[in-house]
Amino acid sequence: MGQYDLPDAGGHFGPYGGMYVAETLVAALEELKVEYARARNDPAFWAEYRHELKYYVGRPSPIYHARRWSERLGGAQIYLKREDLNHTGAHKINNTIGQALLARRMGKRRVIAETGAGQHGVASATVAARYGMECVVYMGADDVKRQSPNVYRMKLLGATVVPVSSGSRTLKDALNEAMRDWVTNVDSTFYILGTAAGPHPYPMLVRDFQAIIGEECKQQMPELTGRQPDVVVACVGGGSNAIGIFYPYIDVDGVRLVGVEAAGDGIASGRHAAPLAAGRPGVLHGFNGYLMQDANGLVMETHSVSAGLDYPGVGPEHCYLKDSGRAEYDSVTDDEALAAFHDCCHLEGIIPALESSHALAWAARTAPAMSRDQVILVNLSGRGDKDINTVAALSGITL
Amino acid sequence: MSRIAACFKALAGGRALIPFITAGDPEPGMTVELMHALVAGGADIIELGVPFSDPMADGPVIQRASERALKHGVSLALVLDMVAEFRRRDASTPVVLMGYLNPFLAMGLPGFALRAATAGVDGVLTVDCPPEEIESLAALLEQSGLDPIFLLAPTTPAERVARIGRLARGYVYYVSLKGVTGSANLDIAEVTGKIAALRENIPVPIGVGFGIRDAETARAIAVAADAVVVGSRLVQEIEAASPQTAAGNLTRLVAELKAAIR
Repeated sequence: MGQYDLPDAGGHFGPYGGMYVAETLVAALEELKVEYARARNDPAFWAEYRHELKYYVGRPSPIYHARRWSERLGGAQIYLKREDLNHTGAHKINNTIGQALLARRMGKRRVIAETGAGQHGVASATVAARYGMECVVYMGADDVKRQSPNVYRMKLLGATVVPVSSGSRTLKDALNEAMRDWVTNVDSTFYILGTAAGPHPYPMLVRDFQAIIGEECKQQMPELTGRQPDVVVACVGGGSNAIGIFYPYIDVDGVRLVGVEAAGDGIASGRHAAPLAAGRPGVLHGFNGYLMQDANGLVMETHSVSAGLDYPGVGPEHCYLKDSGRAEYDSVTDDEALAAFHDCCHLEGIIPALESSHALAWAARTAPAMSRDQVILVNLSGRGDKDINTVAALSGITL
Repeated sequence: MSRIAACFKALAGGRALIPFITAGDPEPGMTVELMHALVAGGADIIELGVPFSDPMADGPVIQRASERALKHGVSLALVLDMVAEFRRRDASTPVVLMGYLNPFLAMGLPGFALRAATAGVDGVLTVDCPPEEIESLAALLEQSGLDPIFLLAPTTPAERVARIGRLARGYVYYVSLKGVTGSANLDIAEVTGKIAALRENIPVPIGVGFGIRDAETARAIAVAADAVVVGSRLVQEIEAASPQTAAGNLTRLVAELKAAIR
């Protein structure tokens, strides 16, 4: 592979990506594209972004050697990139800081966001409070129920949470509704999209704001282990934490990149959220990419124990990295993710998010077949406090 | 000459009324009857919505219509069958499919264009496919004798209008407001001014839609526009009516609107 410089000017990663939106949104996306191109070349913009990440988010996040768990598995050494230690408890804030700074440059005083598990909603509400903006978060009505602590968190931060009752009442429907709000209030409103998907330029700008994860790893791993890891692994829903840690490694030879999708009850059951494993390319939410769809091109309902991975599409750059072979994609079931969740709690004293538990489960499955001097770096993208109700319910416990 | 061009020619400067309904709403067996009911009321062209699971550009009324149709398993193939059935009794009223790209892609674009033309479809409006993304789509439709219909928005800059004007056939659909279908914030003076400006670069008739809810608004819009598109208001009527009264109610409502723009 030559110097990697995707996307092209139209937002394409090979055949994927693009800007598949109604005419009513084209001008707003063009405006965003132009403004981001300016910001991208403005050192002052990045200086402020870095300053916020350092003093508000608490970056750089450390990398931690999961020694006891590695010992137990008896193979490769597992290292965790601790995005769970960020302010608000997940990687999502890296992106919302960047987009809020863009919104401010563009003079927009109102921000909107979609959210599944609520992490992106909380991160959006947080930056809106921080920069004095009005914030409206769209959330599937079913997710509002299963993530009630995050709903209250957003309200505490001054955001309005709008439950979305259309369609499957989950993340994809929240995204539809956020787009509808944007098209109606396009003059005053900035749409903070939470994952590395959607119409151009979102996949690129979300990636750029999340790439700080991989950039720090590239510096930290040699300090800790004397070299870069053998494998970098991250969970993939829309794909923002994965692309954030992968991107700086794309041009580094010898580092395997592995994305882990949610296999739910198992790929064969059909109840999963793994478009790269079992979908085919199609257009949803403004971009072309692998999509869980039926024979008639209708988007299928997805299932995952983790609300943040419960999405039928996947960001266009992951689609490209899969086809090109630069990254591999695998999947992990609900049960495997839950087992890894408990192991991480017991052996390392860290409660991981159910999303991140998918990446941990892959590492736990793979490490035993590797040698003790090899290294797997896992993106621990968020903490699991938000998931304790879900986990308790699955164990038959009412909190 | 395409059926759409012939329709505008026959109107000889009169305004066209373009009602929209969603195929398969409230259930698949009624769609052909409702299409004939629209014609009986004075519809000049019919826009037939292809139901989609994620209708991002639509307001709640048309979203619900889509959901009702999908509950009955309405697919693109079935919508084409409905058009073919409609054509057995009506050889002249143009039918335009309005839908989202993915069901068209899933059928395969060349196959879709061919099957749509064979069924008697006259134009295709792909809501979420701007001309930049699939340059070949307009040509592909035209090769099969279908008119590619494009949306224009209040925010579309002049150079884009010109570009779309070169590709557009049949008519263009000017979105009269910033918002989704069925919104309530229509500014008639602004729309009238915009249409005059669009004429410089748009060689085909200009239809206006999104937010036209009654005869009075239709009349005001028709002063400047060549065609008036009414969707959500009609779909609401279908939602409120019983299976026995829906057709009659649509005919009456369309006749009212048609009288207003004459």
